[in-house]
Amino acid sequence: MSAAGTPEPEPAVAADPAASGQMARRIAQLGSLRVALVLAVIWIVFQSQNDNFLSSFNLTNLVLQIAPVGIISIGVVLVLLLGEIDLSVGAVSGLAAAVMAVLNVKHGWEPVPAIAAGVAAGAAIGAVNGFFVTRFGIPSFVVTLAGLLAWQGALLQVLGDTGTVNLNDATITGLAGTFYGDVVGWILVVVVVGGYGLSGWLERVRRGRAGLSQPALPGFLIRLAAVAVGTIAAVLVLLSDRGIPLSGLILVVMCAIGAFITTRTAFGRHLFGVGGNAEAARRSGISVTRIKMIVFISCSALAAFGGIMAASRLLAVNQSSGGSDLLLLAIAGPVIAGTSLFGGRGSIWDALLGALVIGSIANGMDLLALDSSVKFMITGGVLLAAVVIDATIKNQRERAGDSRAP
Amino acid sequence: MTTESETTAPQRPLLVARGVTKRFGAVEALTGVDFEVHAGEVIALVGDNGAGKSTLIKALAGTQPGDEGKLTFGGEPVTIKSPLDAKRLGIATVYQDLALCDNLDVVANLYLGEEIYETGPQRALKVIDEIGMEKRAVELLDSLSVTTLRSVRTEVGSLSGGQRQSVAIARSLLGDPKVVLLDEPTAALGVAQTRQVLDLVLRLRDRGLGVIIISHNIANVFEVADRIVVLRLGKRVATLVAADTTHDEVVGWITGSHG
Repeated sequence: MSAAGTPEPEPAVAADPAASGQMARRIAQLGSLRVALVLAVIWIVFQSQNDNFLSSFNLTNLVLQIAPVGIISIGVVLVLLLGEIDLSVGAVSGLAAAVMAVLNVKHGWEPVPAIAAGVAAGAAIGAVNGFFVTRFGIPSFVVTLAGLLAWQGALLQVLGDTGTVNLNDATITGLAGTFYGDVVGWILVVVVVGGYGLSGWLERVRRGRAGLSQPALPGFLIRLAAVAVGTIAAVLVLLSDRGIPLSGLILVVMCAIGAFITTRTAFGRHLFGVGGNAEAARRSGISVTRIKMIVFISCSALAAFGGIMAASRLLAVNQSSGGSDLLLLAIAGPVIAGTSLFGGRGSIWDALLGALVIGSIANGMDLLALDSSVKFMITGGVLLAAVVIDATIKNQRERAGDSRAP
Repeated sequence: MTTESETTAPQRPLLVARGVTKRFGAVEALTGVDFEVHAGEVIALVGDNGAGKSTLIKALAGTQPGDEGKLTFGGEPVTIKSPLDAKRLGIATVYQDLALCDNLDVVANLYLGEEIYETGPQRALKVIDEIGMEKRAVELLDSLSVTTLRSVRTEVGSLSGGQRQSVAIARSLLGDPKVVLLDEPTAALGVAQTRQVLDLVLRLRDRGLGVIIISHNIANVFEVADRIVVLRLGKRVATLVAADTTHDEVVGWITGSHG
């Protein structure tokens, strides 16, 4: 890209977008550490403004708040990896919760079939989205924007005249209201730390046996230590309040399953392939249509389950379920954590990390009792900053690819 | 010496095409083109824009089957109606746009769509055997003397043009093909990178593959080709033995000032 005559293209590039562009580039270069730093800054700022922010009570609330949006974000990550978007996740989450609530409360369905029906409704909507995107080649932006409106209408229809359905079934409310004690907490620590350490170690041994280069040992040990400290700290904090919340466990387990599928299986590899270069994937014999259908169905089903989790926490479904800023938060979270809007780059864990970052901001602003006007503007600013960093990383990568020597 | 010659054809040709014709509406893009490639031979397809080079490659690759013409492969009559037909026969194609995924590393690109799975109970989930794939990728690239890669775990998007071309060519070899079609492999490459790719083409020949290469760069053609097939306005106008011809003669055939 850079002209052959100029030895240092940086100053020329940085001159136009001024210092802000340079700062964005610096932040972009930090990679995964970026999210941890952002989170640390947010926590320090809010803690300095209000002593209760980092209390175990508030941090437990934070987990309960982010579980539904985090689950919705898992599906959003899948869609973003394809380079597509789903703007209907908020509306679908509300509709699925309404389907579950009406079946359970008004028609007397057992809780588990009612929940399954809600998730199935989501999956069916996903199939519709996927069908229009793949069959007619309509941009997913438009298809799901139409869905955003249509499924909101369906929500009102399902709720009927009452407008609000209160939930009192123990199983359904238990999704958000169940807490586990010491035993589950320490099993969680053993499973997470042991699993991470063991799988990392086995990988090293296998690579060594195959005669392949091994990643540096100190790096692995540092990451293992970070995971161990983070997990133990989280468990200790949660146990000192109400305990380990079931909804948090569900979010973590679903992220782990999603991460395994996307990084270790052929389906995941093909998903990244389609997101990176759909034509290359097609020529490699990958069915692009099949991948897209599965992703849209999964995304809407996850949105549905997230909506059910949210209803369980609220103990009700009403006309604004799945509305407000839920959609934007579910998409902004993964992007803040590093999943690209341009497709092919990201991680399922970004759903969890992003929900943590954006949830912390929302929680902190509530704690400071900020006015809605301020909250909306700050959230919008955070989203814009995340997208700027995403675009900067993309530009940087393209420049590096063009100018690399043989 | 400007006619069909058997000088470099000691054995039976691997792939023979007779009378390949392709029409696009009223336009005849290829008219009765005869063509053959032997094992361990590099054929260069040259000609001006619109001469039918890419059309011929696409007919052999199955992406745009010819309307008429007979093909034999290893002496057996065959038909190529789809890319899958070509692949089954052992004809691999490297297109000009390479079709690589920039966001995936070299190993993932080499095996995209052809991943190796872990054995055992994980087989049901199609868990990828990353270590097995990486090992074989390293072996494959070493056997092709592709040595400029720092790591096979580098993202393809950060590679140079020559390295990307090398990855694309290596990828085409995974199915153990007998014939490799290369569409403009050195277009838009610098001097050093062009060298890399041409060396790689010669190594394909040394492996006993039949190589068909399209190029606009006559100097490159002379560096690698055993025979040069000149197309002009959809017809084959000359087949030249590279060792017995000159740059000017080839250009003469391409522009039509010769013959």
